Amino acid sequence: MRENIPDIEKKLLSGREYIGVEKIDGALVFIKNTHPIGYRELVEIVDPDGKARLGMVLDTSRDVVVVQVFEGASGLNLPGTSARFRGEPLMLGVTEKMLGRMFNGLGQPIDGGPPPVSDTEEDVNGRPINPTAREYPRDFIQTGISAIDGMNTLIRGQKLPIFSGNGLPHNELAAQIARQAKILGGETNFAVVFVAMGVKHDVARYFIKSFEDSGVIDKVALFLSLADDPSIERIITPRTALTLAEHLAFDKDMHVLVIMTDMSNYCESLREISTIRGEIPSRKGYPGYLYSDLAEIYERSGMIKGKKGSITQLPILTMPNDDISHPIPDLTGYITEGQIVFEREMFNRNIYPPIAGLPSLSRLMKDGIGKGMTREDHPHLASQLFAAYSYVKDVRNLASVIGEEELTPLDHQYLEFGEAFERKFVSQRIDEERTITETLDLGWKVLKKLPAEELHRITEEELDKYYYSGDSL
Amino acid sequence: MAERVIGKIHRVNGPVVEAFGITDAIMLELVQVGEARLIGELIKLEGARAIIQVYEDTTGLKPGENIYGSGMPLSVELGPGLIGTIYDGIQRPLELIRNATGPFIKRGETIKALDRKKKWHFVPAVSVEGVVAGGKSTGKRNKKDAGIEVTGGMVIGTVQETSHVLHKILIPPLMHGRLKKLAGEGDYTVEDEIGIVETEEGEKSIYLKHEWPIRVARPVRQRLPLNIPLITGQRVIDTFFPVAKGGTVAIPGGFGTGKTMTQHAIAKWCDADIITYIGCGERGNEMTDVLTEFPKLVDPRTGLSLMERTVLIANTSNMPVSAREASIYTGVTLAEYYRDQGLHVAVMADSTSRWAEALRELSGRMEEMPAEEGFPAYLPTRIAEFYERGGYMETLFGETGSVSIIGAVSPPGGDFSEPVTQHTKRFVRCFWALDRQLANSRHYPAISWLDSYSEYLDDVTPWWDEHVSERWQEYRGEIMELLQREVRLQQVVKLVGPDALPDSQRFIIEVCTMVKNAFLQQNAFDEVDRYSTVEKQMKMLEIIVTYWRKGSAAIKRGMTLIDLKKMKVLQDIMKMKFSVSNEDAAALDKLLARLERSFAQLESIYA
Repeated sequence: MRENIPDIEKKLLSGREYIGVEKIDGALVFIKNTHPIGYRELVEIVDPDGKARLGMVLDTSRDVVVVQVFEGASGLNLPGTSARFRGEPLMLGVTEKMLGRMFNGLGQPIDGGPPPVSDTEEDVNGRPINPTAREYPRDFIQTGISAIDGMNTLIRGQKLPIFSGNGLPHNELAAQIARQAKILGGETNFAVVFVAMGVKHDVARYFIKSFEDSGVIDKVALFLSLADDPSIERIITPRTALTLAEHLAFDKDMHVLVIMTDMSNYCESLREISTIRGEIPSRKGYPGYLYSDLAEIYERSGMIKGKKGSITQLPILTMPNDDISHPIPDLTGYITEGQIVFEREMFNRNIYPPIAGLPSLSRLMKDGIGKGMTREDHPHLASQLFAAYSYVKDVRNLASVIGEEELTPLDHQYLEFGEAFERKFVSQRIDEERTITETLDLGWKVLKKLPAEELHRITEEELDKYYYSGDSL
Repeated sequence: MAERVIGKIHRVNGPVVEAFGITDAIMLELVQVGEARLIGELIKLEGARAIIQVYEDTTGLKPGENIYGSGMPLSVELGPGLIGTIYDGIQRPLELIRNATGPFIKRGETIKALDRKKKWHFVPAVSVEGVVAGGKSTGKRNKKDAGIEVTGGMVIGTVQETSHVLHKILIPPLMHGRLKKLAGEGDYTVEDEIGIVETEEGEKSIYLKHEWPIRVARPVRQRLPLNIPLITGQRVIDTFFPVAKGGTVAIPGGFGTGKTMTQHAIAKWCDADIITYIGCGERGNEMTDVLTEFPKLVDPRTGLSLMERTVLIANTSNMPVSAREASIYTGVTLAEYYRDQGLHVAVMADSTSRWAEALRELSGRMEEMPAEEGFPAYLPTRIAEFYERGGYMETLFGETGSVSIIGAVSPPGGDFSEPVTQHTKRFVRCFWALDRQLANSRHYPAISWLDSYSEYLDDVTPWWDEHVSERWQEYRGEIMELLQREVRLQQVVKLVGPDALPDSQRFIIEVCTMVKNAFLQQNAFDEVDRYSTVEKQMKMLEIIVTYWRKGSAAIKRGMTLIDLKKMKVLQDIMKMKFSVSNEDAAALDKLLARLERSFAQLESIYA
């Protein structure tokens, strides 16, 4: 066993190539008899044809080193495979010039162009932001979508996932947000980092086309690890993309919107690796560290004191079987600052966007709305709409048992309110952009379906100003 | 730290490092791992092998690198300067780390917890010869030897830490001997020697600070019964599910049900002297929220900034998982230290589930046999040990102080049958169950009145009788019973509609709606409503009980519910939580009088 190797020898060692590996299991390669290898060190695995694949050390000891190969282990054999240990973790060269380009999950260009000349190299694993260095996010982003702006306001620097289901229009909504999102009286120094993990080619194309149509494609960096790419690559994809996002936001003062789809596929890959390593699973076979691992990704968002830029994350995940208590949406919800939840029933009733009124939530909303930010009536109005809509759900349940005819006149009013809320307020066209004033005024119009005595969460002044005056629907 | 190599790295697997060639390591010793000098703790010893849990990111750590021992267990520094500071899970000051290394946390930082340069104004409470006038020392002068006898926990002086906190300087708990020397009044840093105690093992120096291992509970003279409520200003808690000072509470709830909001509200408004807020594996922005908001808020009792009584421990979800495991012990040790000064401390642990998950992750990496859902078999023991550090105590010095522990639990999928919630329930005596349905309808705090309970209810009743009103328990019980009856009635309503019920029963539903909207719901962001004094709570309760009693009597006499609902005063009752400030509780008496007049008027029309 060799220890305390001097620096110069260390450099020599990083050029050393080990021929032949001990064991290959899934995407994991086990190598014995190496010099001391660092945890999470970058590895080049050279396959029998001489092509290098990148990998990362998952477990290191004096006996054996376990390497996870991002590009998959297919085609490798035991004697013909060799390994070079690079002596440093996976680094990504980052530059503003990566906007308008397309990369694979490891950050290598796949659009036929040359690799961009990088300004600096960063560790893709990132480092945690010191909580004292964070700036509390409070700038309202107008997405032009009433159900979001009015009820679940998006704030610059927030991480707000979309909990969707297969076949629901989450891509459409994410693209619409990317097109329409703006800050009131705002600056234009923005960028979009789009991360695709295990999604189909046509989904990626949909987003690219949407960016092209709105003329922002040269402000977008795309990181694609599509459905037919090796699943292991997905583990590193969001980290690579967020490394660029951090550079743009905190070195280049840009406001970065990161769209990540689909986080469920990322978690599947994580489970795959965990299973191969024989780790003790927690719920549904997912590793016990799924929460910490997701947090490493989601927490790479926000604002930093003294820096102008921000990272806003919009992860999309499809809930397996529409089950919100599944570990993936569940753990995500514990980390992110709220969630936009899609409801299949609303989708089937042809309401777009099918944003469920009650389980959706924006935790940062409270500090970004109201006087001076959106409008002074916004907090109470949103609270009242929530409360009333919640009661509508009770009335509907009741109506389905005893029949609508048996309901009290007040409950009938609530039903009308519920219908108006969903059809007029939540529902809008895919290319429809409403200003926050339009959204709030619409909210008041809908609220007029209810008598004033029912509006416990609204003050008298607000009633005078918005409820008694103004038009009805 | 001494250059004592205790072994070398054999294997690195995430935060768990296996070591070989161990020579003279001590169990639970604080160690530095590798040339990057990452801080770790030795948690298993087996022959020449050991397992170390590392509190920092282990990227780049290699087999064969040295492990350095420190000769002492993982400890925290206790002394003036803790208040208002934000620490990570192993008590490194995050603010100073930021000044040193920028907005992203680097590894291997060894900044001391307490400021080494700051001078504190020390006022001795005793003297070597005996008691200083006005001091409270019980030390007896011994004529033969110079110096009074001192024992652990004795107060030898004070430092004004913040305008709110008079910090008492204690003899370290396990020290016993004669005070040979004590510095006079003056300004000292935490490293300046302020005294010498002659013990059986020789002379020991006394400083403004001392160290204490985080995994060991600080000793006390005895536990006292819990019978003083911790007033939180939250109506549903104080009135319906009270917690005693020194009590333990669990707040379980799925995501978005308001665990953190409830903890923030308690941390802001409860009547503890010191708050220790542990952000364990939660969001970074939540800690930022506390950091930006607390200094601006004013404590209604002292008129000073809330930050002047708060210590923060932040180990957010993206910070190393093993430091998350340590963070709750760090927090509770700081709390015990202030308790030993005769203060009442409330610990907020948000969230204990993340701590349990950290245990699970580390246990998994050590390849231990799992029990339920992958959690190690010792999970219940650890939970019990943690909550048992709370209590109302007589300190070693004969004063009283308390540590109340309020732990959030984040059950996966909001399912309370999971191991962490179930085991926590065994060791706490108060349970505030957060309800998804309530949260969805934005009923905050979403504390369910059906699933929650407090075993402290009877313990604190005498206090309410004495300080507020003897009718408290009677009123509370009456409303609780109504709420339980309402659930059954609502089930009937769901089947046949409200019209099928007689007015007497519909009135119960009506009153419960009032209880929910006007009393249980509390807006944490409203200037008036965010905090209610016990007097205001009691008066509000009285108004609602009066409405119920008079209303049901009137209905019995033949009045209809529609007539009752026409009373104009009801609108004002619904809004009393916003319209009547804490200082102006007398306005509620007027409201009560109006309600009674309205009933009288109604009766006269009917008579």
